[in-house]
Amino acid sequence: MKNLTLLTSGLALCAASMAFANQDLQTQIDNPAQWAIQTGDYANQRYSELNQITADNVGDLQVAWTFSTGVLRGHEGSPLVIGDMMYVHTPFPNTVYALDLNEDGKIKWKYAPKQDPDVIPVMCCDTVNRGVAYADGKIFLHQADTKVVALDADSGEVLWDVVNGDPSKGETNTATVLPVKDKIIVGISGGEFGVRGHVTAYNMETGEQEWRAYSMGPDSDILMDPENTTHLGKPVGADSGTNTWEGDQWMIGGGTTWGWYSYDAEADLIYYGTGNPSTWNPAQRPGDNRWSMTIMARDPDDGMAKWVYQMTPHDEWDYDGVNEMILTDQTIDGTERKLLTHFDRNGLGYTLDRITGELLVAEKFDPAVNWTSGVDMDPESETYGRPTVVAEYSTAQNGEDVNSTGICPAALGSKDQQPAAYSPKTELFYVPTNHVCMDYEPFRVSYTAGQPYVGATLAMYPAPDSHGGMGNFIAWDNIAGEIKWSLPEQFSVWSGPLATAGDVVFYGTLEGYLKAISAETGEELYRFKTPSGIIGNVMSYEQDGKQYIAVLSGVGGWAGIGLAAGLTNPNDGLGAVGGYSALSDYTALGGQLTVFTLPD
Amino acid sequence: MTRPHILIAAAALVAGSALSAAEGVSMDDPNIKVDYQEDGRYFTEDGVPTFNVAEDGTVDWPTFSGFRRYHAECHVCHGPDGEGSTYAPALKESAVEMDYYDFLDVVTNGRRKVGAAENSVMPAFGVNPNVMCYLDDIYTYLKAHGSGAIDRGRPAKKEAKSDVYAETENACMG
Repeated sequence: MKNLTLLTSGLALCAASMAFANQDLQTQIDNPAQWAIQTGDYANQRYSELNQITADNVGDLQVAWTFSTGVLRGHEGSPLVIGDMMYVHTPFPNTVYALDLNEDGKIKWKYAPKQDPDVIPVMCCDTVNRGVAYADGKIFLHQADTKVVALDADSGEVLWDVVNGDPSKGETNTATVLPVKDKIIVGISGGEFGVRGHVTAYNMETGEQEWRAYSMGPDSDILMDPENTTHLGKPVGADSGTNTWEGDQWMIGGGTTWGWYSYDAEADLIYYGTGNPSTWNPAQRPGDNRWSMTIMARDPDDGMAKWVYQMTPHDEWDYDGVNEMILTDQTIDGTERKLLTHFDRNGLGYTLDRITGELLVAEKFDPAVNWTSGVDMDPESETYGRPTVVAEYSTAQNGEDVNSTGICPAALGSKDQQPAAYSPKTELFYVPTNHVCMDYEPFRVSYTAGQPYVGATLAMYPAPDSHGGMGNFIAWDNIAGEIKWSLPEQFSVWSGPLATAGDVVFYGTLEGYLKAISAETGEELYRFKTPSGIIGNVMSYEQDGKQYIAVLSGVGGWAGIGLAAGLTNPNDGLGAVGGYSALSDYTALGGQLTVFTLPD
Repeated sequence: MTRPHILIAAAALVAGSALSAAEGVSMDDPNIKVDYQEDGRYFTEDGVPTFNVAEDGTVDWPTFSGFRRYHAECHVCHGPDGEGSTYAPALKESAVEMDYYDFLDVVTNGRRKVGAAENSVMPAFGVNPNVMCYLDDIYTYLKAHGSGAIDRGRPAKKEAKSDVYAETENACMG
């Protein structure tokens, strides 16, 4: 007992003095005048301490300046601001601009990568990119063709580059990277092409690969210790990434890693989620298909998994688990807890203990969700942590070549990658959601490397018997597992909001509005229509003592596929066909940054 | 040889009277009008695959199959029901406007439209059995919707799959 105490205090001392996180990046993040990381901070809270723009004065907001990116198609992610420089990225061809904020946004340097356009059609769902990262004087870009490039933040000079995947096999990239310590953590896309997902760490100085952890496969590939890696408090056991699959299906098993990454410096763990198992036809991959659809907690030094939680075993609906993991320290029943909150594609909002992986809350964050009646929360139960699947909506139980109808949510999820925000002032999560349902019919497909490997046909439509729109913007209490309030939206909300110390929450809409609402009540305080639909994330920075709000417009992405021509409900009969208005009636392509501030 | 012709004449008559065509598209267009049928698949007088929609809305099996395959392989770029997306063209129009053999060529070999204002690339599906084994199905489905013969969404009624179709499908998918 005494020994243990000594040991622990020694560790704590060590932790306090060590250069955890990435020291430079942490310092930049700690300065609220900057936006140094796509997710706002390592915890993915998307919260700005800036408070010049408040609920009282946001109604006076004006456009300060704008910038055309020169690229059409879907613009996700946001700019970064480090010092006097703003770094703006684009979808394919993934141009990066360094704008000098001291000179009215003059282009200080521009990086225009040369990429083979053949990568374009291999990207599922548009050529989006969720932005660059910064650390140690470098800008990190992960291109569509999976080349990871380190640029000198001052000059744009290429310092090193490394290729993370093979687009000819369907491996592509849409995500940003996470700088941690002396490494950058990098994911991969391609779940609809039979890619076996992985996360890779590269040395920040040299680009050398340090480790790679696959989502499925032998223990040595998935970097799990059968005894010490836990799933809901129990050891995962040997061969968990192969014995939950039939035959060699795990080799083309999906579980890609194209979402957001967070990091807890004190626990020294990175967190992320894995995507759908492939194919979309569940009959072709019997078993739980571990570790697709899983929240992962890994050691950034060697990649070893500390704990995992598979949310949707044996997926039957394409409910990727890649959405962001938001880290908060909150009090539950008088006890300070280190929490991880995650809004999954499957429509459940999860709250876990991020140190142990204990499941605390799993509740629906859209009342339309119907594929499950809930998650078994009894630790003594054999099905602890598993969702109870409603037979009517089970595409696996209904079988191949059967069209299962009325499943909510649709494959794009109650929420996709568009990241939620958290305000420590209100202790509320602000969540952009989709309110869309689907019919889903799985059937047999054959695998060809580099070709789509889908195996289901689906039709999507606005949630029936609701407000008729396809989205909601909600405020969520992650401890009670309850919606506090919900704002109906005509289209899915595909923009990552920003919460601020000024008690204002900002988000974009697919019609192109930037909206400001009260963090307390959700009351709308301001709106401005930007040139194109918004699927980018809102950020804030301060320049010469003034607070600015910025967002990328440029409609596209998943949202641009289903919504461009409008959605119809095939079950409504002929009368309703064409009854839902199309996004193309509101907006057109165009990449632009719009920056807002208060008048002098 | 004689029997299919008679059958088709009847079907065409029904189609001509029962269907409201999309703007500017006539069901009597030689690229659409059914001339004969073989083992459940319908053809124009030039031997180009086409759709057949009965008075009660029953579609031929290949056209129904095309609906399913389109919404697995094509819709993630070209949008639901061939209506197009923010970045890929509405194929329901291409299937009506393009020559059948050009349509096959683009799907098989792909094409690139890359420039200052456009970054459109159609991949080559020539080696993908999930597409190539159903290419005529996808084509007639899109042509049926593009010409206004069927509405958006899943066709409610379909003819049975013919034995010859099933044999060919199994041989193609391997």
